[in-house]
Amino acid sequence: MNTSSENTIRIYVMGSAYEVPRGLTIMSAMEHAGWRFTRGAGCRSGFCGACSTVYRQEGDYRLRFVLACQTEAEDGMYLVQLPFTPAPRVSYTLAELNPDENVLLQHYPEIARCVSCNTCTKACPQDIEVMDYIQAALRGDIAQTASLSFDCIQCGLCSMRCPADIKHYHMAQMARRIYGRYMSPVTAHLEERIAEIEKGVYEEEVEALVKMTRSELEEIYAARVVE
Amino acid sequence: MRESIARVEATRPARLQAGPPPAMTPAEREKVLAEFHPDYKAEKKRALSIGVSAGNVVPSEVADMLEAHLLVDPAKIDLSSVDYDVDVLIIGGGGAGTVAAIFAHQEGIPAENILIVTKLRHGDCNSTMAQGGIQAADRPEDSPAIHYIDVMGGGHYANKPELVQAMVDDAPEIIRWHEELGVMYDKENGEYMEAHGGGTSRKRMHSCKDYTGKAIFNPIRDEARNLGIPTLEFSPVIELLLDGEGKAAGAITYNLETGEYRVIRAKATVLATGGFGRMHIQKFPTTNHYGATADGLVIAYRAGANLLDMDSVQYHPTGVAYPSAILGQLATEKLRSQGAMPINADGEVFVYPLEPRDVEAAAIIRECWSREKGVETVSGVRGVWLDTPMIDEIHGEGTLKDWLAAMWTMWHRHGIDITKDPALVYPTLHYQNGGVEIEADGETSVPGLFAGGEVEGGVHGKNRLMGNSLLGYNVFGRRAGIAAAKWAKSKKNKIKTLSLQHAVDFEQQLIDAGIETDIQSPMLLPDYRSKSVLERSLGRFL
Ligand SMILES: Cc1cc2nc3c(=O)[nH]c(=O)nc-3n(C[C@H](O)[C@H](O)[C@H](O)COP(=O)(O)OP(=O)(O)OC[C@H]3O[C@@H](n4cnc5c(N)ncnc54)[C@H](O)[C@@H]3O)c2cc1C
Ligand code: SF4
Ligand code: SF4
Ligand code: FES
Repeated sequence: MNTSSENTIRIYVMGSAYEVPRGLTIMSAMEHAGWRFTRGAGCRSGFCGACSTVYRQEGDYRLRFVLACQTEAEDGMYLVQLPFTPAPRVSYTLAELNPDENVLLQHYPEIARCVSCNTCTKACPQDIEVMDYIQAALRGDIAQTASLSFDCIQCGLCSMRCPADIKHYHMAQMARRIYGRYMSPVTAHLEERIAEIEKGVYEEEVEALVKMTRSELEEIYAARVVE
Repeated sequence: MRESIARVEATRPARLQAGPPPAMTPAEREKVLAEFHPDYKAEKKRALSIGVSAGNVVPSEVADMLEAHLLVDPAKIDLSSVDYDVDVLIIGGGGAGTVAAIFAHQEGIPAENILIVTKLRHGDCNSTMAQGGIQAADRPEDSPAIHYIDVMGGGHYANKPELVQAMVDDAPEIIRWHEELGVMYDKENGEYMEAHGGGTSRKRMHSCKDYTGKAIFNPIRDEARNLGIPTLEFSPVIELLLDGEGKAAGAITYNLETGEYRVIRAKATVLATGGFGRMHIQKFPTTNHYGATADGLVIAYRAGANLLDMDSVQYHPTGVAYPSAILGQLATEKLRSQGAMPINADGEVFVYPLEPRDVEAAAIIRECWSREKGVETVSGVRGVWLDTPMIDEIHGEGTLKDWLAAMWTMWHRHGIDITKDPALVYPTLHYQNGGVEIEADGETSVPGLFAGGEVEGGVHGKNRLMGNSLLGYNVFGRRAGIAAAKWAKSKKNKIKTLSLQHAVDFEQQLIDAGIETDIQSPMLLPDYRSKSVLERSLGRFL
């Protein structure tokens, strides 16, 4: 059935049909239809994972997984939002962890239940190789878990779909923090600068600037040499 | 559009060879700002007529929100029954609020005596959305003094000097704290990859690809969760409480889902509600999150806090102009710091790509609406090209996709490959430069009320530079959290009574001043339902 006109499309929100203008995101299309979100809308720019949405296209049997704020509404979409995933998260003290190859498995033993079905990867609206990072975590490869999951916005869709009930994104967050703290090299000049500031090396110079008049500062600003 | 893109492509090789054009002189900057920056339109602003900052000129939309009726009649609220009794209340579960909570805890307040209340989910905030980076002067070529000068010049010297001093001095330590939290900063051969941002004279922009906001905020939130700091979500504050002697004493929250109110008593309160992009000043689209509606300004103003630099608004030079579905979303400044130039419809470069934001935005507006060299889309929006394919030309193929993955994905979802074609951009409402005036430890003019982050005024003067608000929320979130903890621990700061008299008085002032309005505030959330729905709406369940 072709329901669209030149300027409008028909979408189905939890089964009910609405005519909305073309060219809107799913989020804006639902608002146009009369929704005022409390759940399911956060950043509205693809960074927070509040607007996880599942839809099926009329005439297709497959479910698709997208962010409502980043995806254009199309004619014949059957939509439902999943704004919350009741995924448990394990608490830990980063400074006291032993960052060895077992640490992820110890905290999230259920990753061992992965059956390599790749459903999580297919569900990810960020196009992350989710199964691959779970497999990397299983191998104890923290660096790869961290880098493969870097773009994760914690939307929860992978965990909603996983037949093994794995909580991908909490585990991956932990992996990134372990990598950042223990495996990423520390830049020496940062420590040097902090030590200098603590010793008061710049105090006099900054104090002098603080006391300057606007025109004195303007002069210094105008004379800046840009690197 | 295609024809115009061909003109951009035609001039690209020469532009790659020549490099960027020179920056404007101070006089040229003044001129383009005065003629084209939205802030310089006097008719779009007005002076406040009531409250402690009466006489201050602010955007009309902000004035409307500040001079509005209370959302709830105080008589309906029973202050004798206290639902939460805490040492430190933190309003806003974004960057500044979460940092404040962690440092209040480090300062000796047990987790269970801290409470974060927030409007949507913990982390639905501007802090997660930042792309470009965070400034800190840590390279040998750089220094806190040079950082200081960049900030003051960028802010048109209106910044409070002691706040800028605090920010530039604390910056390297903040980066180290992030390292301890496990933030994955971009590094090459063990060194930070530091870039320029608009208005910087040294490369000091630290980044985490173009997910810097999320990559910094999420570990901070994870840490707050590890520490067990309680959070109340979907519960925006609708009014502050005072103690009858003018001291901050807690707040009233409103549950967005059940409609119930809650009374929170607190010895110290930290205001960390972020900015106001969703007020759509001068009808601009915005980069901001859904809950950026100036609530913090409204509730603090009623409680007697004064405002600073609220006359200036930051428009980010490069918001998305096409496709219209994502109009106004951010095209990070990092695209320009990595070499992409703004180009007009004829393929000409017309501005130095990294002017301070207000100047860059004004130059783009001039190109589109005065020189008539913008590109118009089917929906009537005008914009200029951001020549993104230059990035791979300069740094090698794959650079854009690797280091600007969020940007690539955003356009790719709409069928545009920005490694091949330029992107159409136009200024978008981005940042609240001013706000509630603070001192160096986050103190406001209301005793016991501290503030940090975008809601604060004074740090950035009249124009905030890229990378200084992520820094700002960390520096002043931390300072406010520590100061609030000290305040709460001091015996002399006992809360005796809870009162909403200040709100009642404010409503009276509104009437006395003869202000007629049907607006109620705080706004909490914008309303994007269509006119046709609103015209027929009978309310839900009547
Ligand atoms: C798209 C984008 C990109 C950016 N890029 C950069 C960048 O590259 N570098 C940089 O330095 N800065 C950048 N910024 C700016 C920077 O991200 C923000 O200014 C900063 O993170 C603000 O932090 P905050 O904690 O003050 O506010 P937020 O992080 O916005 O947090 C405020 C919180 O308070 C909550 N709140 C609001 N009202 C209430 C209420 N009534 N009751 C309870 N809670 C409430 C909100 O829901 C939110 O959770 C960017 C901003 C945006 C929007
Ligand atoms: S990995 Fe999972 S939680 Fe992260 S973005 Fe992909 S689907 Fe969402
Ligand atoms: S969905 Fe679950 S079981 Fe399947 S590959 Fe992903 S993690 Fe493994
Ligand atoms: S609302 Fe944040 S990702 Fe869509």
